[in-house]
Amino acid sequence: MRHLQREIDRLKRKILGLGALVEDSLRLAFQAIDQRDPAKARRVIEADHVIDQNEVDVEEDCLKILALYQPVASDLRFVAAVIKINSELERIGDLASNIAERALQLTDEHPVPVPHVLSTMADRTQCILERALDALVRQDAVGARQVLVADDEIDVLYARLIEDLKDIIREDPDHLDAIVLLFSVARYLERLADHATNIAEDVLYMVEGEIYRHQTPDTPEELFRVGGSDSGGGVD
Amino acid sequence: MVGTKVEEPTQIQREATVVPPRLEVAEERRGGDEDFESLPSQISVRNLDFFYGKEQALFDNEIEIKKNRVTAVIGPSGCGKSTHIRTYNRIFNLYRDQRATGEVMMDGVNLLSSQTDLLDLRRRVGMIFQKPSPFPMTVFDNVAYGLRQHYRLSRSELSDRVEHALKRSAIWDEVKAKLNEPGNALSGGQQQRLCIARAIAAEPEVLLMDEPCSAIDPVATAKIEELVLDLKSRYTIVLVTHNMQQAARVSDYTAFFFQGHIIEFGPTTQIFSNPAKKQTEEYITGRFG
Repeated sequence: MRHLQREIDRLKRKILGLGALVEDSLRLAFQAIDQRDPAKARRVIEADHVIDQNEVDVEEDCLKILALYQPVASDLRFVAAVIKINSELERIGDLASNIAERALQLTDEHPVPVPHVLSTMADRTQCILERALDALVRQDAVGARQVLVADDEIDVLYARLIEDLKDIIREDPDHLDAIVLLFSVARYLERLADHATNIAEDVLYMVEGEIYRHQTPDTPEELFRVGGSDSGGGVD
Repeated sequence: MVGTKVEEPTQIQREATVVPPRLEVAEERRGGDEDFESLPSQISVRNLDFFYGKEQALFDNEIEIKKNRVTAVIGPSGCGKSTHIRTYNRIFNLYRDQRATGEVMMDGVNLLSSQTDLLDLRRRVGMIFQKPSPFPMTVFDNVAYGLRQHYRLSRSELSDRVEHALKRSAIWDEVKAKLNEPGNALSGGQQQRLCIARAIAAEPEVLLMDEPCSAIDPVATAKIEELVLDLKSRYTIVLVTHNMQQAARVSDYTAFFFQGHIIEFGPTTQIFSNPAKKQTEEYITGRFG
């Protein structure tokens, strides 16, 4: 096997490993909110350091491959996409850590029930991240496009949640501090979904060789029409 | 809304409505940033077949070589790259049993026609070979040789043209004190630039370079590549290379050959970032075979 292919395979394993770490952190962070569990929150905050180290490691590998092998075509697009996905994962790790910090603060507050919409939003966000990483593993353009569509759903949930939280404050102003913490958790989840969407866009670039960022198709159908309907990539 | 006073927008509102222009940064133009169809062609190849005796080496080649652009020709050994460009100056006619059919059009004339004046064609389409091939004569005479073949020039005119060609080939400063020394006493890289000077002294329109850097070191290679980029404003350059990075660095357009067929031809930026054909992808990423 070619040296470059070995390096690319290794890089693929590392970025997927980083993705798995970030997924775990996010799951644990929301459990910490939901279950008022400070131990889980602390684990997430400690794990952020490991995520950061892995990010640096992946970036160094990418730079090494560029310097030593001058990859072209699909290899070049893979390395370029990994450089970007790597940063997105690190940012998601930071946001998971921020959610965990809010979970710690919430344990000091009087218990308030976590709104149903917030739980749904957390589930959907985790699902989006999972699908974006699946699309990365499988080099799957269709899966990546589904992530782009799913992000709109998160935005709708976010708007609904803000209204729900406002209602809770009106009904029960005594728990204002706890609700403000939940506001910021919602904000983190919304941003997190944006980063997962960026990952899906990077996967689309990797597979099809076209940059999709800042393109806003009017309908999901149009999105799926752009650049073909299968994940055949830039080759025939 | 009669009687309603329309308020003038504030300075900030006015500024906010002005769409900032797209950031323009001057950059070197490369193939892919321009409209290929609207560029003038230097050479148009149609239905080109080539035979070594009974064996066919090129099959139905079609390509447009654009004026004042660098076109790289890549592909594995034996794919027909050199055979293809050797039809542009009919150098294959020096060998028996080699035959080309089809059209290699330049200025509306088929170069493969028996009417073509081969001496004039080889002045218009100069060639630089893989191995530097200075003639066994002085540096000056190497460059003057072609000029003497094609033009009647006075001594001073000849000197001027030799100096001019050596300057344009970025070798004048290195050889101006050695004009009467043998050409083959120069270093490999210098010899190659001397050969380029010899080719461009005759004021060609096209320069064919057949792996011009494969026998010289990286520093000399970098000089030749710089030279290629300088020369393309005056000449159309066709560069055969085994070095993918070299094709990527210096060419505007790239043609990928395989088994005598042109598999893919397009802007170099596209070929090296997102080739359309699987075979091209496999070749340039080294997954071939």
